Amino acid sequence: MTRGLLRMLLVMLLVCVGVAHAQAIEPMPFANHAQELRFQHLTRQLRCPMCQNETLADSNAPIARDLRNQIFQMMQHGSSDDEIKQYLVARYSNFVLYNPPLTAGTWLLWFGPLLILLGGTGAVLVAIRKRSHRDAVATEASTANALIDSTPTDNGDDW
Amino acid sequence: MTPELGQLALILALLLALAQGILPLLGAWRGNRALMAVARPAAAGQAVFVAMAFGILVWAFVRFDFSVQYVADNSNLALPWYYRIAAVWGAHEGSLLLWIFILNVWTVALAAFSQKLPEVFASRVLAVMGLIAVGFLAFIIFTSNPFGRLLPMPGDGADLNPVLQDPGMTFHPPVLYTGYVGFSVAFAFAIAGLLGGELEQAWVRWARPWTNIAWAFLTCGIVAGSWWAYAELGWGGWWFWDPVENASFMPWLVGLGLIHAQAITEKRGSLRAWTILLSIFAFSLSLLGTFLVRSGVLTSVHAFASDPRRGIFILAFLTIVVGGSLLLYALRAPKVAGGKPFKVVSRETVLLIGNLMFAVAAAMVLLGTLFPLIGDALNLGRVSVGPPYFGFLFPLLMLPAVLLLPFGPFLRWGKGDTPALKQVLLRAGIAAAACAIVAAFFVDGQLKAIAGVASLVWLSVGVLLYAIKRWREVPRGRRYPAEMAGMLLAHLGVGVFVAGVLLSESLSVTSDVRMAPGQTQHIGGYDFLFQGAHRTTGPNWRADQGVITVTRDSKAVAVMHPQKRTYLRGQVQTESAVDAGIFRDLYVALGEPMDANDIEGAWSLRLYYKPFIRWIWGGGLLMMLGGFVCAGDKRFRIKRAAKTETAAAGLQVEETHA
Amino acid sequence: MNRLLPFFGFMLLVLLFGFGIWWNTQHDQNAIPSPLLDKPAPSFNLPKLYEPTQTVSKADLLGQPYLLNVFASWCVECGVEHPVLEAEGPTLGVQLVGYNYKDAPADAKRWLAEHGNPYNLLISDEPGNTAIDFGVYGAPESFLIDARGVIRYKHIGPLTPDVVAKELKPAIAAMAHEGQP
Repeated sequence: MTRGLLRMLLVMLLVCVGVAHAQAIEPMPFANHAQELRFQHLTRQLRCPMCQNETLADSNAPIARDLRNQIFQMMQHGSSDDEIKQYLVARYSNFVLYNPPLTAGTWLLWFGPLLILLGGTGAVLVAIRKRSHRDAVATEASTANALIDSTPTDNGDDW
Repeated sequence: MTPELGQLALILALLLALAQGILPLLGAWRGNRALMAVARPAAAGQAVFVAMAFGILVWAFVRFDFSVQYVADNSNLALPWYYRIAAVWGAHEGSLLLWIFILNVWTVALAAFSQKLPEVFASRVLAVMGLIAVGFLAFIIFTSNPFGRLLPMPGDGADLNPVLQDPGMTFHPPVLYTGYVGFSVAFAFAIAGLLGGELEQAWVRWARPWTNIAWAFLTCGIVAGSWWAYAELGWGGWWFWDPVENASFMPWLVGLGLIHAQAITEKRGSLRAWTILLSIFAFSLSLLGTFLVRSGVLTSVHAFASDPRRGIFILAFLTIVVGGSLLLYALRAPKVAGGKPFKVVSRETVLLIGNLMFAVAAAMVLLGTLFPLIGDALNLGRVSVGPPYFGFLFPLLMLPAVLLLPFGPFLRWGKGDTPALKQVLLRAGIAAAACAIVAAFFVDGQLKAIAGVASLVWLSVGVLLYAIKRWREVPRGRRYPAEMAGMLLAHLGVGVFVAGVLLSESLSVTSDVRMAPGQTQHIGGYDFLFQGAHRTTGPNWRADQGVITVTRDSKAVAVMHPQKRTYLRGQVQTESAVDAGIFRDLYVALGEPMDANDIEGAWSLRLYYKPFIRWIWGGGLLMMLGGFVCAGDKRFRIKRAAKTETAAAGLQVEETHA
Repeated sequence: MNRLLPFFGFMLLVLLFGFGIWWNTQHDQNAIPSPLLDKPAPSFNLPKLYEPTQTVSKADLLGQPYLLNVFASWCVECGVEHPVLEAEGPTLGVQLVGYNYKDAPADAKRWLAEHGNPYNLLISDEPGNTAIDFGVYGAPESFLIDARGVIRYKHIGPLTPDVVAKELKPAIAAMAHEGQP
């Protein structure tokens, strides 16, 4: 079973890397530049289900081409960005959104960095407080290290 | 015959690495000078054999030795010689050989330049390097042998992935690895310091130039990778927050914190435990990157083929090295806050805040990169984390650092000088605001572009103000010590980089168009005239090549030749045409001919106008330069016991006293 | 104590990676979970492969469970899967509906002539638009749809004897079981 998976991975690698990158270039009959920008922006926020490290805008997989066409049609019919995203999520799950929505499962992802930042800020504040209240302590004497003159750079030059 | 010699060389190298790793540590522990003295010769011997193995593999590629499986898989008869050499590190086994080769380069340099270090300390440092080498050599010999034979020998090989057949690819891995692997030196210093227990700031002074150089190489490697992706992948993107990119960016961020923390510890003796911890983290992230790319734990188009056995091996190695060092840290790191104290408003505080932001950013990148795995482990369903996540949080976290940057040099160690700060704030702030207002008119009120201009002015005026201050206040000859010059260059680089990113992201114009020969498109103020396509050939490819003449206000600007190549094995590769400029890039990629049978007719094309995109790499290169310049500071060089240059006056003596 | 924090944090990471390596050997990492499980299959109306003037719709197939197998002549893995379908298909106890995806009918017919035809019914989706409604993004993919038209199981990638035995047959059995009041 692992060999089958490995083979599939190889096939995908070939499709997703070895084939023409250029096939993602498809001029579409946009009504105006604003619409083109909206399309580019939207397709960059979506993940290609097949070549999962590429955006829908950049991928040359057949499914990406189909989905781009589908999105274009939907835009022509007046669907909003949210409606288009919902359409895709209903068929391909949240995975197709590059911006993971904030759900119970992803709160760690979105709030994790904040928690780490708060924790780190606390540690930094403690460290600063600790050091700003001490009197100058003599630099610890080096034992076997007569080689390096550990004179600090307090020579007024500041460097 | 020769490939087997390569295998033998690796085995001998492993034995020597074992000697290098174990004996000097025993010697240092027991005070046995003979054992300690094993370190340097063992390191030299290991380097010789690893170089031999590497050379044998290169030779096999150059001589088309398809009886070696790895050569057959990654090259063929039509591959030009320069790409055959690059193919050595084009896949898993060879890239590991490159890794260990570079580790040996660092080790030899360390062995050569550490003659004046105390013996006990130096032997421990070299021993740690030896132990790391043991792990990698064992990994290569037992799971990833590049010298395996393929019999019967095929008449021709497969091809090197065309995406990799590019000068950028030749350059990027060796430089990147030099950086990655170079953090092992800071790591070795930190471990030796922990083992020895003599935790004064002296060893940090020794570690500093090594760490700065490694970080500079890593910066260069990342810049090269980004530039290569831009030129090769045909989409005008320069960073994708792909797991493999993140794997090199995390050590870079931690290394950035480390070089600043080392400055504090070296000069003031404080924050020793933090500096040690960062040294361990930087190298751990390098190892982690190696693991992520080869274990198949994460999907990435860049990743090497995955194999659970290899994954387990590296994981075990990672656990021993990192787990062991963190345990050592827990036991031996300084428990008392030593060194000179500092007030709330001081240079230390600002550097510490910077460190905090870099560390949190690295943690954030790690979290985002690993989250799909966490999602699977906790059964949260498939979660997808990409540029919207990283691209949102990273700038947010870097904002405090960018805002505080100009103040750093103006603050003093221990306590700050508030009038000076107010001056900086006023001058740089007003300059930034003024330029932002002017810029607003040019960029149609695009916020990102305005922010880019404001940051550039804020940072570069800050740098300039300090440079002027030094010029005025300090006599000639002492104005810009290398360490300071490096800092100024690197900080300027940050400004250039930020401007490049914000301006190119907000002001780029992309358009997919259908053009028949003779038609013109107007993009970003330039006129692109398509003059049709024709067939052309190269050493191992044939291509459809388009011709586009670019003019601006009827003045000729460039003639561009985008290609769509078909390689021998049928792989198709787009070679985009890029007209580079300091203030803008023009970029054309060929799509498809409208009629597949008539390549001389109309084509679909993608045209880009990308202003200031070179500033992204320019800024990165300035940072790299800053790192190298800083490492060259005289203070870091070992005092030559005999010949002191007392020819000059006391000034010189003070400087070589370090 | 807080000196040990980095160590414990790291060990947590090691556990995560160990899990990752193990999980990777069991699962296809690139398989996207289908949001359509236990939901009604999308309605469709597609021509038959061999009689293109006749169409088959979802309504036509209600009342009996079936395995919808997405395949194509250009798909290498489908060739790997095909013998499994031929061998195990009759033993499954459900209809086998072949869904020809983004394929010229002539190519598909040629391929079936070469590899054999285990399907009870063949429909063709050359443009591939209906497949989007199913959440298909490549071939081969297989959907187990019950008598009421609800998707009960989806497999991405080729069906192997292992998958058939351990996942598909139990799913079919579960479906049949609940059909009895």
